[in-house]
This record gives sequence, structure tokens and C-alpha cells, in this order.
Amino acid sequence: MSEVNSNSNINEAVTPSKTITTMVERDMKKVSNAQLVKKILSNVAIYLFLIAIAIIVLFPFYWMIISSLKSLEEYKLSTPTLFPEKIMFVNYVKAFSQGNLGTLFINTVYVGVVSTIFSLVITVLSAFAFARLEFKGKDTLFALLLATMMIPGELFTITNYSTVHKFGWMNTYTVLIVPFLVSVFYIYLLKQNFLQIPNELYLAAKVDGTKDLKYLWKVMIPLAFPTLISITILKMMGSWNSYMWPNLVTKSENMQLVTNGLRNAFTEATSGETDFPVQMAAVAIVSAPLFVVFLFFRKYIMKGVSRSGIKG
Amino acid sequence: MKIVLQNLTKIFPARDKKNGKETIAVSDFTFTIPDGKLVGLLGPSGCGKSTTLYMISGLQAPSGGKIFFGEDDVTELSPENRGVGLVFQNYALYPHMTVKQNILFPLQNLRGEDKLTKEQMIERAYEAARLVQIDELMERKPSELSGGQQQRVAIARALVKMPKVLLLDEPLSNLDARLRLQTREEIRRIQKETGITTIFVTHDQEEAMSISDIIVVMKLGVVQQVGAPQDVYDDPTNLFVAKFLGTPPINVFKGAVKGGKLILGESEVLDVPGVDDREVFVGIRPEGFIPDVNGALECKLNNVEVMGRDVSVVSTNEASLNPIIRSIVDSDYKIDKNDESIKFSLKPHKVFLFDVETEERIRFEV
Amino acid sequence: MTNESVKNIRIKWDGFVKKIDAFCHKIKFDSWKGWIYLSPAIVLLMIFTVWPIFNTVRYAFLEGYEGMAALSGKTFEVGFGNFEYVLGYQNFQRCLFNTIILCVLTVPISTFLALLIAVCLNSIKFLNRFLQTIYFLPYVTNSIAIGMVFAAMFNIVGYNHQNIENSVSLGIVNNVIQFFGGEPINWINMYSGYWENIWVMVIYIVWNALPFKILILLGGLQSVNKQYYDAAKIDSTPKWRVFTKITVPLLSPMIAYVVITGFIGGFKEYSSIVGIFDADMGPPGDRGRLNTMVGYIYDAINGASKQYGRASAAAIILFIIIFAVTMVNLYVSKKKTHY
Repeated sequence: MSEVNSNSNINEAVTPSKTITTMVERDMKKVSNAQLVKKILSNVAIYLFLIAIAIIVLFPFYWMIISSLKSLEEYKLSTPTLFPEKIMFVNYVKAFSQGNLGTLFINTVYVGVVSTIFSLVITVLSAFAFARLEFKGKDTLFALLLATMMIPGELFTITNYSTVHKFGWMNTYTVLIVPFLVSVFYIYLLKQNFLQIPNELYLAAKVDGTKDLKYLWKVMIPLAFPTLISITILKMMGSWNSYMWPNLVTKSENMQLVTNGLRNAFTEATSGETDFPVQMAAVAIVSAPLFVVFLFFRKYIMKGVSRSGIKG
Repeated sequence: MKIVLQNLTKIFPARDKKNGKETIAVSDFTFTIPDGKLVGLLGPSGCGKSTTLYMISGLQAPSGGKIFFGEDDVTELSPENRGVGLVFQNYALYPHMTVKQNILFPLQNLRGEDKLTKEQMIERAYEAARLVQIDELMERKPSELSGGQQQRVAIARALVKMPKVLLLDEPLSNLDARLRLQTREEIRRIQKETGITTIFVTHDQEEAMSISDIIVVMKLGVVQQVGAPQDVYDDPTNLFVAKFLGTPPINVFKGAVKGGKLILGESEVLDVPGVDDREVFVGIRPEGFIPDVNGALECKLNNVEVMGRDVSVVSTNEASLNPIIRSIVDSDYKIDKNDESIKFSLKPHKVFLFDVETEERIRFEV
Repeated sequence: MTNESVKNIRIKWDGFVKKIDAFCHKIKFDSWKGWIYLSPAIVLLMIFTVWPIFNTVRYAFLEGYEGMAALSGKTFEVGFGNFEYVLGYQNFQRCLFNTIILCVLTVPISTFLALLIAVCLNSIKFLNRFLQTIYFLPYVTNSIAIGMVFAAMFNIVGYNHQNIENSVSLGIVNNVIQFFGGEPINWINMYSGYWENIWVMVIYIVWNALPFKILILLGGLQSVNKQYYDAAKIDSTPKWRVFTKITVPLLSPMIAYVVITGFIGGFKEYSSIVGIFDADMGPPGDRGRLNTMVGYIYDAINGASKQYGRASAAAIILFIIIFAVTMVNLYVSKKKTHY
């Protein structure tokens, strides 16, 4: 924007000097030329800076991929190669079998999908109640919910850990799903979105005899669809990235989620020599789904995140 | 379907529970709307006209009183069981549905005895669309329509389930001036064709006067006057109604009655038999002035605006409560713009007297 | 069916509907319908949010409360014992110190960098969307997985104990340092220094924190009215002055937001350290050197005796710190926020 504006300023300054050149206008031309040089230099500097940052941001991903394709010998060269001499796809096969990644993937996807579905239902119902229905104690209740967002999750974790112990839920899918089904933040996000839908639509539907649930399904949900996608993706990402809770409550390997398995599978073998290229391959496999989702839903993710502030 | 409102009252509780005052939105409204009429609820904003409409639709529950549709008491009935069609001020079209889907939506809610087959629904939807002349636009989304077209879709959606009563909330306020004229004729036509009892709310008196069979003038939750537009215009019950109806508005003067004569300023301008000596407000309709060299009311002439058939005379008088007096006279009267003053005689049936305290009408024999 | 019977059914139906309506009206169904919609959320919140708040406070004030001991019927005294123990415990002090150091270093660095990047990004048109997407990438990563990549970049041999002399300072980062004529550094391996460890963590955390901050600040910049900049241009205001006198003040609510969320996240730092140093939370041979508050809490409940009392005391201390820092931040930003 600013670039375009200043360019047009320069053009305006330059054109008249072509026709009649007076002293003043010649000075103006000089000034504008100096400004132009300055402008170009500062633009070059900005681009250099931004591209340097982009390289730093991207480098770990690049390093992950090329390392995962190297042989162990090549990986350990004291002068590293920037591109593998021999591409070792076999590392990926090894990573999948050694790291028990198959089970971990299935677990994670199962937990992610089930908790997302239930979470969406609960969130939609709650947000609808807060946004459209009138009942006693609504405002107080909502304020209380918002207040719980201030408290760090670790404070809940201690009691929840003892609670799920008492329920006998250890090492089950339930323990990975149920405690996190309600997110006050998602309810808040969706409520705000529902409130943007004019109340007249609700009244119109009521006059036409539409039941609340049908109205919710036919009107509110389609109109709030982008927010629902944001919530879905954030929730899925949360399952994909969760580490601490699953680490606490799932001790058996076939109940663990990818993140736990990833760290554990390749660090326990430290007594001998760890095969780092295979480890990097595992990391790449685990990171890939998130990247794919990001490529397709970039807009929704960035929109959802910009209103959240909490990772996952 | 005849609609009866019986002592209808709506009180909104105070927002601030300790100090706030409750708001009486509608106070003790009793009125019978005859079957098949077009009724305009008219008044300035905050007069309770929209609240009345919402109570008839069932979206708001009255604090007191009863509502009857025909012989049935519907006061406790929820909106969907009343069989009303409601058109909102901003139309409230579902933005993600096409015109067709919007019109079909109410039909898909019908259950039991009223349930329609798909073919019947579509037939009904097209019927409603044809009635409001939007059957060409059925596949469009609301955002692709002009304001006037959206309005028609909203009316079609309200009509498609063949409501007993059609309710319109400020139906023309979101349209530009040209469309407004066109659409109000359209509403009149649709109402005539369907014969559905229709109630609409407006703050624009011209709009209400031009198409209603009956108008109801409201102020601060209280009904001021009910009647056919011409009757209310010709015979207002109080100063508020007289001022609210008519363009250009009525001219109001401060005057007095002495010995059966109306006195404005110094001069006796009209015989008002049967009125005691007292101070009065005097309302004179713009068309109530006759230029007359022998007239009793002398005004300072400001301007003469020629409008073809009529002439609008702008003048001032000390007794007037408005900064200017605007009168409409036939163009047969030749008035010289350069004259210092003009003299009028008055048409008695265009002159209304009001009590200074209560602003109620004081009648005299014409 | 004859017309007559249809009519009869209709009348009956209408009567039925009216009765239901009247019933709903009588019990004021509309005034508590909302609670039905909220019931699943409320039940879950009661169990997993509301109850824990009370119970964790209870744990914290039961001196020396342990899950295992409680199961065997032991009773505990009420008092401040857990807090005294935790605050006096060297391990906890170290965790607190690490957490604070990481916060104090990462929040200002990442905020300043993000601001710089956002302003630069906002001033260009070409490649804008592309760069924006790239900068966001670290957000969609698994912080443990990419932590492992960082660990590999700072030290290619991992924690291999053999041949330690000449392999601790290998890795692409050291290669780059050597290329520019610097001395290679033992960043994270055995016998590495504390501050070297910390700097690796700072670099990784900043890398991880940038996307969110850039996104928020860029959003803020885009909503700033362009007329302010046009006005400044007419007055030929120099660029740095535009930055300090217009951009930063107008952006101050966003900056405050980013700083507050940065501190909240910083005090809960845990998994990024696991990513680089493994669950040992330190280089080989010095377990727990980089442990944090959250790490302490997890260790306490994850141990065999389940020290819920101490964990709860630590969690409440964490809450108090976060609350205090947030309040201070809000207070400062209210004073400094220009509109």
C-alpha cells in the first residue's frame, strides 16, 4: 500500500520537469531521485531481513527432511552434506516399524476424531444456549465459565489424575477423551459467532414453527461453519500434540499417542547407538499430517488461532 | 380472520433492578381488527407499535390482556401454532439459502395433518413467488438481490404457509424513495388479492395513510385514535394526532375564544359557536386557508412556491407556534410574490381547537 | 376419510397442541430450557474443572498429602506445610529459577522480533502472503518432534557416551559457527554449560512463539487506519518516528495481549524442554537441570507415592505467579496503552 502511494508521488514530481525545467523543479527532481534511491535501499533491506527470517524458520524442516534421508554414516560426517548423497527411503520404513508408529497413529486419530465430535456437539449446544436462549442465571454462569479460563490447566490436572484413578479409567481411551471435552474457550468463540447472526432469523424461524434444534442445524450451524472448522482443527491439533496428560495416564504402549511414543521410542535405545536418520524420519512422519491439514485449511487455522492464544 | 386485542398491555421490567423504572411499552390496548383489512399501526419510534406486532405474532408474551384470532384465545399459544406470517424490518432472509429454499423453509416445518409432499411444497412456493413476482429469481442467494427483491422474498416466505394474519414490521423503511412508492402499492395489491388480514407497522404517516383501510395512531404505548385514514385526518381527537398526520403538517397557533369567536393575535378570524371563553391551541390544515382580500387573518408573506396545480404560500404570523405557516391554495388565486402581506379567510372544517392543558379536541358546530 | 372426520381430527389436534403449549407456558419451560442445552457441559465442567479447583486447594493445605498413603487410610494435618516444603526445596527453587529465566529472556526477544517482522511484512506487497504462510509454519508443529530436530541441529550424536571428546561439538549449528571462524560449543551434550543449555532453549522457544505473535501483531497493523500513515507522510515524518510514535502506540493493545499470553505460556513451559532434553529435563549426567514449574508438578504426581499435596501447593504458587504477572502487565499496559 505505502509502496504504491509513494511511487505515485514520485511520478507526479518527475513528470512536470520533463516539460519546462525551472530551478525549483530541478531541485525537486534531485530530491525525489534521492528519495527513490533511499526507498529502494530500504525495500531491499526489508526483503533481505524477511527472507533471512524465512530461511531460519524453514531450516529445521529442511534439516529434518534431509537428515531423515541420509545413511547413518553420512549423517555423522563432521562436515555435513546439504543434500543426501544416497537417498535412503528405507529410514521411513524402519521408523514406522521400530517406533510402533502404526498403533500410535491409530490411537491418536481415534482419540482426536471421537473427542472432536463430542466436543463439537457440547460446544454447539452450550453456545446456542448462551447466545439465543433466555434463562435465569445466564450471565452469571457465563462469567464463571470465563473466570475458569484464568486458571492454569496444571491445577486441574492433579485432581483429575486422582479422579480418573478412582474411576478406574487408567490406560483407556476414555481417559484421553472425556476430561477435555468441554472447552470454555470454544464455547466463547462460537457464542460470539452465533451472536453475529441477527436475532430476527431466530424469530422468523420461530414464527414458522421451526423447533430450536432444527433451527440450530439448518441455520446456525451452516452460518457458523467457518468457526466450527476452526474449532475442529484446533481440537485435532490439540490431540495430535498433547504430551503431558497421555504420558501420565497411559503407561501401556498400545494406548499411547504419537508424541509420547515418539520421544520414548527413540530415547530408550540410547545405550547403543541411536539411528538418528530413522528418528528424523519418524519426526517427519508425525509432522506430516499437521502440515497437510495446514495446507488445506490455512485460512481457518490462522483465523481460529488469532482469536485463541493457546496452542492446541 | 378477525383479530381482537383486549386490554393488551406490555411492561418491560427495569434493566437496573434497584433504581431503574419499568417501561410501559403498550398500555391497555383494546381494538378489533375486522377480517380482511389492511391495518397500519402508526406512531413515532418508541410508541409501542412494534411491541404490539410482536405480541400478536406470539414472539413476546403480553403482561396483561388477551389476544383472539377469530373466536380463539391465542394469548398463551406459541408463535408457530398461531398461523401468522411475519416480515421483519431487515427481512431476516437466511443468507446461506437460495430464494427457493428460503420460501420452502416454513413449509418443511409443517407436521401431521398439514404435511405436504415435495411437489406440493414446490408448487406452493412458486405460487407465492409468482404472487410477489420473483419467480424468476428462485435460484439466487439473498445477497444477489436488491433491497426491493429481498422484501418480496420475505413477503413470499411469510405468505407461503397461507397465514391467517400477515404482519409487517416497518416493511418499507429499508427501501429508497422510488421503491417505497412502488412497494407500498405492491403490498396493497397482494393484500387485496389474498384477502389476508394484514397489520403493518410504520412511523411514516404518508405510507400508512396511503394504503391502510384502518390506521391506529399510537403514542408512548397508548392508542390515540383508530379509524379510516381520511376520518382520522379530518377529525383528529387531539393535537398529537393532528400534528402527526398530513404533509405538509398542520399549522398550530396559540389563540383564544371570546364570545363564540376565535381570536388569533388581535383579530377575530372565525365563528366557533358553542365554545366557552378560554385559551386554545388552534390547528389549521394547510388547505384550510383561502386567500381573501377581506380575510381576517393577516400574515406577513415570505414566499410563494408554485407547484403546478397548487400553490404553496409561506408566511408568518405572531400567533403561530411554528416558525412559518405553510398553506396550500389553488393556483387560480393569483398571489404576487412581492406583496408585503397576505390576508386569509378560513375553512371552518379545516380548523381544530384543542385544550391548552390536555391538548384534547374542543369541538364546535360548523 | 371424509372431510368431516379430517376436520374432527384437526380440531382434536389443535386442542392437543394448545394443551401442551399451555402446559409449557405454566411450567415456564422457556425460562429453564437453556439449562437443558448446557447440561452436558455443566456436568463435565463440574467433575473436571470445578471440583478440581476446590480439591486441589484442599490437597495443598493437607500437609504432606500423598495419594498412596491416603489410600491406606492415613489422615493429614491442615496447614501450610506443603507450601513451606515446596518453597524451601532446592529442586523447586531451581525449577522456579529456570522458568523465570526462560520467561524473562524469551518474551521480550520474541515480542520484539515479531513486531519487527510484522511491521516489515506489513510494508511489502510482493511475497506478502507467501512469507506470512512460512512464518506461521512453526505453529503447526509438534513441539516435541521439532524439539528433536533442534537437538539434532545442535548436536548430531545425541547422548552417545562413547567417543565423547570429539563429538559433543558437532552439528550444523557448530559448523556454521566454525564457518564464520568461531569456536564450536558443546550446546546440550554431557558436560555442557547451563547457559549454553538455556540459550538453546531460548532459540527454540522463540522460534516456536513467533508465529502466534506475528499473526496477532500483523492483524493489529492491518486494522490500523491508513490515514494516520498518510498524515505522517504529509508531515514527512521519518520512518523510525512513525514506528515509535504511531505504530507502537496504536498497536499497544495487541502488544500487551501478546506479552501477557507470552508470559502465561512461558510460565507453563515444559514440552519444548522435553523435546530437546528428553523427559530427563537436562543434559546427560545432570538430570533435572532445566526442569520447570510444570515439570516439578508432573514429577510430583507421577512418582510412586503420588505427592498430590506438594504438587497442589506448587500449582497454586504457579497460579499466583501467573495471576500476579498478568495483573502487573494489565496495569502497565493500561497506563501505557494510548487509547
